Amino acid sequence: MTNTAVETPVNTSAMKVSDEVAIEISNMNKWYGSFHVLRDINLTVNKGERIVIAGPSGSGKSTMIRCINRLEEHQSGKIIVDGTELTSDLKNIDKVRSEVGMCFQHFNLFPHLTILENCTLAPIWVRKTPKKEAIETAMYFLEKVKIPDQANKYPGQLSGGQQQRVAIARSLCMKPRIMLFDEPTSALDPEMIKEVLDTMIQLAEEGMTMLCVTHEMGFARQVANRVIFMDQGQIVEQNEPEEFFNNPRSERTKLFLSQILGH
Amino acid sequence: MSDTHAETVLFVRETMLEQQEPPSSIVGPVGWARSNLFNGWKNSLLTVLSLAFVFYLLSGLLPWFFSPTWYSTSLTECREILAGHEGACWGVIRERWLQLLFGFYPSELYWRPILTLILLLLALGPVLYTDYFPPKLLYFSAAFPFLMPWLLWGGSIWMPLMVAAGFGIGYAVFAAMMKVANAGISLFVAAVVAVLWWIFLAAPVANGIASLVPLLPLEPVPSRNFGGFMLSVTIGVTAIGCSLPIGIVLALGRRSDLPLVKVLCVCFIEFIRGVPLITLLFVASVLLNIFLPPGTNFDIILRVMIMVTLFASAYMAEVIRGGLAALPSGQYEAADALGLDYWKAQRLIIMPQALKISIPGIVSTFIGVFKDTTLVSIIGLIDPLGLANAIRADTAWNGVYWELFIFIGAVFFIFCFSMSRYSMYLERKLQTGHH
Repeated sequence: MTNTAVETPVNTSAMKVSDEVAIEISNMNKWYGSFHVLRDINLTVNKGERIVIAGPSGSGKSTMIRCINRLEEHQSGKIIVDGTELTSDLKNIDKVRSEVGMCFQHFNLFPHLTILENCTLAPIWVRKTPKKEAIETAMYFLEKVKIPDQANKYPGQLSGGQQQRVAIARSLCMKPRIMLFDEPTSALDPEMIKEVLDTMIQLAEEGMTMLCVTHEMGFARQVANRVIFMDQGQIVEQNEPEEFFNNPRSERTKLFLSQILGH
Repeated sequence: MSDTHAETVLFVRETMLEQQEPPSSIVGPVGWARSNLFNGWKNSLLTVLSLAFVFYLLSGLLPWFFSPTWYSTSLTECREILAGHEGACWGVIRERWLQLLFGFYPSELYWRPILTLILLLLALGPVLYTDYFPPKLLYFSAAFPFLMPWLLWGGSIWMPLMVAAGFGIGYAVFAAMMKVANAGISLFVAAVVAVLWWIFLAAPVANGIASLVPLLPLEPVPSRNFGGFMLSVTIGVTAIGCSLPIGIVLALGRRSDLPLVKVLCVCFIEFIRGVPLITLLFVASVLLNIFLPPGTNFDIILRVMIMVTLFASAYMAEVIRGGLAALPSGQYEAADALGLDYWKAQRLIIMPQALKISIPGIVSTFIGVFKDTTLVSIIGLIDPLGLANAIRADTAWNGVYWELFIFIGAVFFIFCFSMSRYSMYLERKLQTGHH
């Protein structure tokens, strides 16, 4: 909601977009019962792209990114992630999920495991990484999100911002090629938003393919190379950030931007 | 601060205040009594009245309780000793306590149930107190269920070994089926094969081998000699031990996406919960033989164990379902998003949390089941309460009620209270974070 949350200068040298396609969504539709929540979604994301998805609540933006790792099932159309098409085939779903990391609004850390165990669980049980190696990887990423000293605490003992950074580290331990962020800062106190955004910027600087549902327009301006605006289950407008914010085309986008930037 | 004017808004503290000792009236036993027993005249009055009531109760009960009748040999002798005063007749406990513990188990073989109990405690140790026992003892815990019937009922050790072999056969079938079918079908086929083995083949094979190689034969003790707390504990421990895993499976089945699995689990749970345990026990004692193939002779205690286990499992399933429902959906999503499959997610993420939430409910069910074992006296098994009736049938003790019930109640209380304390210990131990 504010432009001031992000002040860290962004090093764009490694943020190159390749020609390779990471995610391809074509003619995708989804219904909740008889409610048409996603309508004819077409979206191609290249490797290394950083996409911010904005829109009013209930516009289907979270649902859309949750379709990418099949936390939600789509009913028609195609979703191809890293060359694997998402169907009801469980093997494909597990394959895609282990390649795609996700961070949630409410962090969803496992409260009965320590921070370190949270980070090593999936590598050990899904990737079959030896325990020692998994711990080393986990410590590397915890170092990266700047909380290695909390490794043996439980999630309940950490602040919201720290928990979200652990959640990011937990996803990174699976060495994902794509990261999905579902409103990662919406549940945080203002002073903690920056620490999480800094972590995300750092990730972007390293060339990670990212899709972020967020209201942090400052982050979008600085980091994204495309902003997608959704309303009523459809993509209404997509553009480069500067153009999107300075020169929105559709009336719906103008109204939305005036509401979130206008105060 | 005295020179701070009311209209002055600006205030800057220059010296920080040191921490000070609390006033003596709120610390120590005096402070405690003051704040908890005598804060205000209403509470003081209630305290005095309660103390008076407790004193009145104890002054009536204690003289009855501490009566010098420990060495009496009949109720008449008690009355002579007491000479008209009210008092308990403890002689019955001294004379019959072994019977209350072991029923009609042959007294020269008492070492077997005692050894079983010691081994039971040893087997429970590594399961209940993971921090204090070497994990290798868990192998012994796994072997104990097969050791227990051999020690209690006697016979050759081949029978429990053949029962254990059923698990091995089931696992082999499962592993073989996994190559051609999915996990659900494989598990089903493996379970059917194992059950067929137990019902039709285990006993003949065990007897066959035993007649050739009699390994460690113990003198057999028939089920009708079982009784007292030994019977309650045997049935209770079996039902408690088996109902938790079965309950977990039923709870997961009830939340399953597969309609057939779901319907089967719902029907089972609702049927069992809708029927009184006594009805199920009658089914076990009378009707079950009709459904079983002719010639199979199912031990009555085994049948009762199965029924009590099924009964407890249905309740357990609902308790665990409550724990599952209390978990935020984010936990499932996070497990999915990390690529954990259903069983791994259940085992590593969902169940540890759901079971932790359900600990009070689970232990309540355990305690309930343990106490419900006294219902078996209705179908003629002589549990402690049944024994109390049997003891009163002796003319020497005809008319002794309270003493027996107090003793039985006290022993049950020790068991149930230990379970309750253990659950509190476990809750404290599993407490993580500050929610």
